Amino acid sequence: MPDLDFSSVRVVEVSRTYGRRRALAKVSLEAPAGRVLGLFGPNGAGKSTLLNILATLLSPSTGQVHYGEYTSADAGDALRASIGVLGHDLFLYPDLTAAENLAFFGQLYGVRDINARVAEALSLARLTDRADDRAGGFSRGLRQRLALERALLHTPRLVLLDEPFTGLDDASAHILIGRLKTLAADGAIVIMATHDFDTAETLVDDAVCVDRGRVHPIPPGAGTLRERYRRVLQEIA
Amino acid sequence: MTPGFFRTAWIVARKDLVVEARSRELVYTTVFFAVAVVLIFSFSFVVDAKPLTDAAAGILWVALAFSGTLALGRTFERERQSETLKALLLAPVDRSALYLGKLIGMLAIMSMVVAVVVPLVVVLFRVSLDGVFWHLLALLVTGGLGFAGVGTLFGAMLNRSQSRDVLLPVVLYPLTVPVMIAGVSGTAALLTAEPNLPRAEVWLSMLVLFDAVFLTLALWVFDAVMAE
Repeated sequence: MPDLDFSSVRVVEVSRTYGRRRALAKVSLEAPAGRVLGLFGPNGAGKSTLLNILATLLSPSTGQVHYGEYTSADAGDALRASIGVLGHDLFLYPDLTAAENLAFFGQLYGVRDINARVAEALSLARLTDRADDRAGGFSRGLRQRLALERALLHTPRLVLLDEPFTGLDDASAHILIGRLKTLAADGAIVIMATHDFDTAETLVDDAVCVDRGRVHPIPPGAGTLRERYRRVLQEIA
Repeated sequence: MTPGFFRTAWIVARKDLVVEARSRELVYTTVFFAVAVVLIFSFSFVVDAKPLTDAAAGILWVALAFSGTLALGRTFERERQSETLKALLLAPVDRSALYLGKLIGMLAIMSMVVAVVVPLVVVLFRVSLDGVFWHLLALLVTGGLGFAGVGTLFGAMLNRSQSRDVLLPVVLYPLTVPVMIAGVSGTAALLTAEPNLPRAEVWLSMLVLFDAVFLTLALWVFDAVMAE
């Protein structure tokens, strides 16, 4: 289990500016444990900024993020041990093998019984037979699978994913959906930014639209996720 | 349980050394560059088989500074390729330990440059290391530590800047002027017909002081400067 336990993430009136450009404007949302929250929106809408703030890589200009009863300022390293991030860039060293990449990050996160955990992660990524191959030689899909297991190696409470389906074939995407559903069922908080509505349809429990730095809920109801998202975009236009 | 400070630094340094052992890119390029610098200067400063007085010390340190800058830029470029520096910053470890790990990796590369360049300077500039070897080694270790210590901090800071290749030397050279002055002056005191060991020791103590100040400062501010 992670070092720091919390059962929800609450974003309260968070704004973030880069110089004079406002990336997020008074965003508030809550993501409870056991559910998958989807962030949808056009390019440059603020999804990655929000994920970076949740990951503690960025500080909000105003507002706060509460991880249960903690904030990033309170919890520090222990909080980072409870967060797993799969970025758009995959955070893998191309000159290290698949097993070495996992072992390196596993050591930094203090994962116990590291060899067994790495073997299990390779198996879940279906890369056991490529364990000693350099990650730089993998296709995007294989690297994506490896990067996902790297992000989940330390069993994080909060899982943040930026475009996790990029480069995955149908079979791999379905396996990833199953993996994320299992994580949520085991009590993880999963927050995912994606443009892949069809794949996300079967995965997300809650969805929000991020547009020009503001967050608008996509209510459940009639129609597909894509149709509901478009309705929200029309309403806020 | 996350690793302690020195264990974290070792994990990061070992990773850098494994990556370098695979590619050998930094060692080959920096050593080749340093050798080229020494050879080019030797054509100018060795006339009729007689080298100019004190030229060897300056050329040795210029070669180390230029090749060190090359290595610094490239080592952080590697961390940019897949945004792995971001992944390091996400890890639940003391960020100062990440700095120390990167610094150890840089020092290993610079040691290899020193191991090639010093014998080359000795041969081309006809200097003797009799009785001064340990003093020279101490100057190179402390000078290299000061240069790499400042360079590693700014290399990490400038990693996200688009003009990082230009900015790194622009920021690094003025800040390491004390290292260069102490290194060149101390080495010049050693590489003469009549070595002046006490004078070299004065410059050595200046380098130790510089290292103590800048390494403390770098370890202290690294977390803050990498925060955003």
